[in-house]
Amino acid sequence: MAEVRLEGVSKAFGPTKAVQGVSLSIADGELVALLGPTGAGKTTILRLAAGLEKPDAGSVWIGGRDATHAPPSARDVTFVFQQYSLYPHLTVFENLAFPLRSPTRRTPEAEITRVVNDVARMLRIDSKLENKATQLSGGQMQRVAIGRALVRRPAIALMDEPLSSLDAKLRSDLRIELKRIQQELGTTILYVTHDQMEAMTMADRIGVMERGRLVQVGSPRDIYENPVSAYVAGRLGQPSINLVPRNALGDMNAPPGAATIGLRTEHVRLAKGARAAAAGQVAVRVTRIEHLGDQNHLHLDLHGEQMVLLADPSIAFETGEVIGLALERPLFFDRTGARIS
Amino acid sequence: MAEIRVENLVKQFGAFTAVKETSFTVQDGEFFCLLGPSGCGKTTTLRMVAGIELPTTGSIRIGGEDVTFKRARERDIAMVFQLFALYPHMNVRKNIAFPLVSTGVARREIRQRVEEAARTLRITHLLDKSVSGLSSGDRQRVALGRAIVRRPKAFMMDEPLGALDAEFRHLMCSDLRDLHDRLAATTVYVTHDQLEAMSMADKIAVMNEGRIEQLGSPQDIYDRPVSMFVADFIGSPPMNFLRFQGVAAAGDSVLSIGGAKVRMPVLREGCADGSLALGVRPEHVGLSDDSAIRGEVFGAEYLGTMQIVTVKTANGMVKARVPSTVAAHAGETVGLSLKAERLSLFNAVTGRALASSLHDGSSAGGSHG
Repeated sequence: MAEVRLEGVSKAFGPTKAVQGVSLSIADGELVALLGPTGAGKTTILRLAAGLEKPDAGSVWIGGRDATHAPPSARDVTFVFQQYSLYPHLTVFENLAFPLRSPTRRTPEAEITRVVNDVARMLRIDSKLENKATQLSGGQMQRVAIGRALVRRPAIALMDEPLSSLDAKLRSDLRIELKRIQQELGTTILYVTHDQMEAMTMADRIGVMERGRLVQVGSPRDIYENPVSAYVAGRLGQPSINLVPRNALGDMNAPPGAATIGLRTEHVRLAKGARAAAAGQVAVRVTRIEHLGDQNHLHLDLHGEQMVLLADPSIAFETGEVIGLALERPLFFDRTGARIS
Repeated sequence: MAEIRVENLVKQFGAFTAVKETSFTVQDGEFFCLLGPSGCGKTTTLRMVAGIELPTTGSIRIGGEDVTFKRARERDIAMVFQLFALYPHMNVRKNIAFPLVSTGVARREIRQRVEEAARTLRITHLLDKSVSGLSSGDRQRVALGRAIVRRPKAFMMDEPLGALDAEFRHLMCSDLRDLHDRLAATTVYVTHDQLEAMSMADKIAVMNEGRIEQLGSPQDIYDRPVSMFVADFIGSPPMNFLRFQGVAAAGDSVLSIGGAKVRMPVLREGCADGSLALGVRPEHVGLSDDSAIRGEVFGAEYLGTMQIVTVKTANGMVKARVPSTVAAHAGETVGLSLKAERLSLFNAVTGRALASSLHDGSSAGGSHG
């Protein structure tokens, strides 16, 4: 376990600037998630931290040592990929023991047995230790892959969308499990995902990536409530924040320079029918009601702008109905998308 | 467009039975989802309807015609897969036109139908672009264009959104459902993602181990699951189960769980066996100091507007979906209030729901299976 620090790291592939001047430090025992769409540079950062890529500029520090030019094997990092890469001919036990049997480590056999059993119990695969890796389900295989990354107690575990190839249900189960194991072992993890649920529920801090740059780092709550830009605001929240042009909302108190208004469910109070035209309220038409079981997504039309808000299933709205919106402390963004506070 | 009627379908692969005695009807113009975990038989079922696999026994009718042993291309249906197989050397227009060109449709008609398909999918501006430069969403739209240009009797979709980014997947769900509303095309859609099924389907068949466990509207399945399997598969997080030993008799509306009295819908049947599970959705659990069901806060997951608070009780872990403004700190003791009229009771041994007034006037209930 150790602190890991990236300082002004840049990496280009030909004309593509994959990562541009990224600085990020991950504290000992912390789980930091890098969140962003495909092509934002998340995976390149992981590969730079692992030593699978060399930075064009900047440095990588692991446990207080400059590791910028160290090969992957000298960095004390482990890597979990999206596709579980296990040794198919080995048992679960042998797969988990493999990193400990490395000739440079010389871990005593009794110690290996103890550590493997501990990790297997934590991952709830202790009953499968004698199975061949290929006899496991997808979720079990990925748990073994995660276990193999943790068993060595690396300075940092680097994880590249480790849950994304799994079923939706397994994914949500493993999300909680992985977080629990990370806390129990105190592992330092840099975790790459494009899934905001994973980032929000697992990360101590989230780093939001936009076209090679790290545009905001903060706790999930901080990023959700205080995004620095419209882009960041759009990364967290389901349904996504509604970004509405200032002039579509008519008369309202907005700071000078506000070009776009960001509206989440909690920034809006909905009023039914006749009261819609009342002072200070914006009239919108219900175009569709999406029933998702636990909650309804209300699709609204505001002078041609589409909006989606959460609605309590106990309030009966109807398609085609005109309702009123009262705004409560929405977010304001300028012409470039930067937040005005 | 046509109705699809599947009767007593069975598919065996050697000694393994992938699909067991499955029957369902997809109405003309309906959006029908086959939902279930990996290996439940949903894809095999779809492939049999499409004609890619032949059933061991059973029958399939499309628009009244028995197609059970017909070839895929004689069934007049279009398949859309997860990996959108486009021809990289052709532009968007040629990709969409391909199914028509290969069947010898007149040039003028091809042009007209391709443009119509592009308008429906709102990709007219992409028609003369190369497919290699397109975003994954636009590629998926082109793949859909190639399916709709044929004007088939029905669409078969096998996890078409599985390869997309999570945030984009939800947008595409809305897109697909809009498209369906415009075309009114009979659609069979396979997914393991309950949220996709909930947001798009008219009807969902939840499959488990080769059988349809429950078939109904999304809201019906969500509100009245027939089994613990369905209750656990639908919802995110899924339904909570408070497990306890007790007796339940027809006419009861109050349960005794470890000394706490819990009100629920009036039971229409009883259960002699002592192992019961009370099912409650996370949004029907509230934190309340004066409730007799108590537990220790295990953790809170922040989700923006809402949070999920996990509470450890003597009857198992319970997750509550409450506004993020509610304070919940790990380690503190809280009471849980349950919304009486929305609770389900299960026989924890068989996993089946017991019928109650919750099921009155509904097809779903504990009397099934």
